[in-house]
Amino acid sequence: MIKFSEQTLKEAERLIARYPEGKEKSALIPLLHLAQDEFGGWLSPEAMDYVAGLLKLEPIEVYEVATFYSMYNLRPVGRYVFEVCQTGPCMLRGSDNIIDYIKKRLSINVGETTEDGLFTLKTVECLGACGYAPMMQLGQHYREHLTPERVDQIIEECRVNAAKNN
Amino acid sequence: MGRKLLLEKAHVEGIRHFDVYRREGGYKAVEKALKTMTPDQVTEEVKKSGLRGRGGAGFPAGMKWSFLAKPEGVPRHLVCNADESEPGTFKDRYLMEFIPHLLIEGLVVASYALGSNDTYIYIRGEYAWIVDILEQAIEEAKANNFLGDNILGSGFNCRIHVQRGAGAYICGEETALLESLEGKRGNPRIKPPFPAVKGLWDRPTVVNNVETLAAVVPIINNGGEDYASIGVGKSTGTKLISACGNINNPGVYEIDMTISVEEFIFSDEYCGGIANGKRLKACIPGGSSVPILPANLLLKTAKGETRMMNYESLADGGFATGSMMGSGGFIILDEDQCVVRHTLTLARFYRHESCGQCSPCREGTGWMEKILNNIEYGKGKMSDIDLLWEIQRKIEGNTICPLGDAAAWPVAAAIRHFRDEFEWHVLNPEESQKRNYGLAHYADPVHVPVG
Ligand SMILES: Cc1cc2nc3c(=O)[nH]c(=O)nc-3n(C[C@H](O)[C@H](O)[C@H](O)COP(=O)(O)O)c2cc1C
Ligand code: SF4
Ligand code: FES
Repeated sequence: MIKFSEQTLKEAERLIARYPEGKEKSALIPLLHLAQDEFGGWLSPEAMDYVAGLLKLEPIEVYEVATFYSMYNLRPVGRYVFEVCQTGPCMLRGSDNIIDYIKKRLSINVGETTEDGLFTLKTVECLGACGYAPMMQLGQHYREHLTPERVDQIIEECRVNAAKNN
Repeated sequence: MGRKLLLEKAHVEGIRHFDVYRREGGYKAVEKALKTMTPDQVTEEVKKSGLRGRGGAGFPAGMKWSFLAKPEGVPRHLVCNADESEPGTFKDRYLMEFIPHLLIEGLVVASYALGSNDTYIYIRGEYAWIVDILEQAIEEAKANNFLGDNILGSGFNCRIHVQRGAGAYICGEETALLESLEGKRGNPRIKPPFPAVKGLWDRPTVVNNVETLAAVVPIINNGGEDYASIGVGKSTGTKLISACGNINNPGVYEIDMTISVEEFIFSDEYCGGIANGKRLKACIPGGSSVPILPANLLLKTAKGETRMMNYESLADGGFATGSMMGSGGFIILDEDQCVVRHTLTLARFYRHESCGQCSPCREGTGWMEKILNNIEYGKGKMSDIDLLWEIQRKIEGNTICPLGDAAAWPVAAAIRHFRDEFEWHVLNPEESQKRNYGLAHYADPVHVPVG
C-alpha cells in the first residue's frame, strides 16, 4: 500500500480545508499533483485509488479527471521530462530544430524515454512563454531561450544531479 | 511614453515583498475602498472607468459586477482567471511574477465590492513557481491585516486561495474553469444560467482576468474618470500586450491605446522592429484565436487609415479586413515564415485542446489538422482548400463554447488572406518542402530594411 509522507499529508489537509464542507472534491486536482510528485512522476492506478480514498470519491471520478488533464502522466516517465513547446510562436523561433536536436542527442523519439530511465521527451502546446522561445518545461520550472548549447548544458546538469542524488 | 498604471513599479527592487510594495504606495486602494466607500461605490467607480475585461472578450467589468445575483444567505465568489493558455499570451504571468501584490490588492478590493469572502485564483498548472510567489504575497498581506479576518477593522473578511490547474486550455473558458475548480473535467457548461447567477458550487460568481483585477487598483486610487481619460473611445486605460515571434524585443509592454500598430512594432520602446533585418509579413494581433492579417492590412485599415492598438481600430473592417484585440497576444511573422505551417500548429493546438463535448468542434478540429498537415507536407489537393473553408464554417457558431469559433477563425483568416500560399503548396509539392513561399504581395510596403 502506498501512502503520502507525513508532510505531504499535512499539505493535502491544508488544501482540502480551503473548500466549504461537502465540496472537498475541489481538492482533487491539487491532490493529484501531490500524488504525481510523490509517487515517481506519474499516476499509477494505485496512486489514483489512494487519492480517491483520501477524498472519499469513487475511483472512477478520479480516473475521469486524471485522463482529462495533460500534466498528469498515466504511464511511467523518465526522471527528467523535457516538455518542449511546439505551438506557433515557439515554432517561429525554431522549436522544430530544438526538438530534432534533443531527439538526436538522446536518441529517442517524442514520447520515449532513454534506456537509462533518465530522460523523457514530450512535446507540449503553448506554455505561456512565447516571448522567451524556444522553451521547455523541466519539473517545476521553465527553461527558456533554448539553443543547442543550452540543451547540452541542461542534459549535463541533469546527469550531474542524478549522479549526486542516487 | 504613455502612462503606466500596472507595471510602473514592477521592476523596483524587492517589489515582490509586502514592505517594498507598501512603501511604494501599495494597498492604498484597499484602505480607500474599505474605509471610505461602500461596495456599490466601488462597483460604480469601476463602471465609470470603462474598464473592459482583459481576458479576451472585452466585456465591461463594472457591468459584469452589477449583474451578480445577491440572494440572501448564499455565499458569493470572485474567481480570478489566471489560466493564461492562449498561444501568444504571457502577460498575466509577467504581472503575477513581478508584482504579485498588485493582483492581491485588486482581489481584495474586488472581493469587497462583490461580497466574496472566499476568493480563488485559478492558475494554469504549469506556472508552478508562480503559485509559490502568490502564496507568499498572500501570507504577507494576511500578516499585515490587508487580508484575513476583519480587514483594517472594517468587518470585512477575505481569504484568497490559489488553485493550480493541470494542463487544459479549455479551463480558461469561465464555465470550464468553474467545473475544474469543483474537481471535475473541464467541460464548459451550457449558458444560461450564467456564472453571475449559478457559478462555483451553484453560487453567484464573477470570473475576471488577472489584468482586469489588477487594473481595479489604479481605478480606485485615482478614480474611474481618471482611468477613462487615458486611451481613446471605449478603449480606456492601459493594456498589457505580450509581443512575440520574429521581433527584436519580445516581451510584455504596457501601452495606452493611442499608439499605432506601426509604432508598436517598429519603435525601440516596444518591439524594436523585425528581427534579423527581415521584412514584416503578417501578424496575429490578439492571441492565436483572432484573425491573422497580412502586413498591408495590419498597418493600415482597408480604408487607408492608420491602424491603432485599440479594440475598435484592430477590429476595423470586421473579419473581412480586420482582426481583434483579444487577449493582447501579439504574434509577428517575418518574410521567411510559412503561413500554412503556422496555421497547422494552431489547428493542432485546438484539436488537442477541444474538450470533445460537441461534435462540430471535436471532429472539425481533427479534420482541419489532418487537411492542413497534408497541404503542408505536399500531399494536398486544390479541393482541400475549399473543404477546409467549409469545415471551419460548419464549426463556427455551432458549439457549446467559443473554443469552436476560436479554432475556426485562424483557419478562415489564413485562407482568406493567404490563399495563394495554400495553392502554391498544392501546386508545388516538392519545392514547398524545400523553401517557403516568402512575402509575395502581402509585403509591408513601407519598412524595407536597408543593406
Ligand atoms: C477557449 C477559451 C479560453 C479562454 N482562456 C482564458 C484565459 O486563459 N484567461 C482569461 O482570463 N480568460 C480566458 N477566456 C475568457 C473567459 O471565458 C472569460 O471571459 C474571462 O475570464 C472573463 O474575464 P474578463 O471579463 O476580466 O476578461 C477564455 C475563453 C475561451 C472561450
Ligand atoms: S466547442 Fe469544443 S471545447 Fe467548447 S464545449 Fe464544444 S467540444 Fe468542448
Ligand atoms: S507558443 Fe511556446 S510558449 Fe507559447
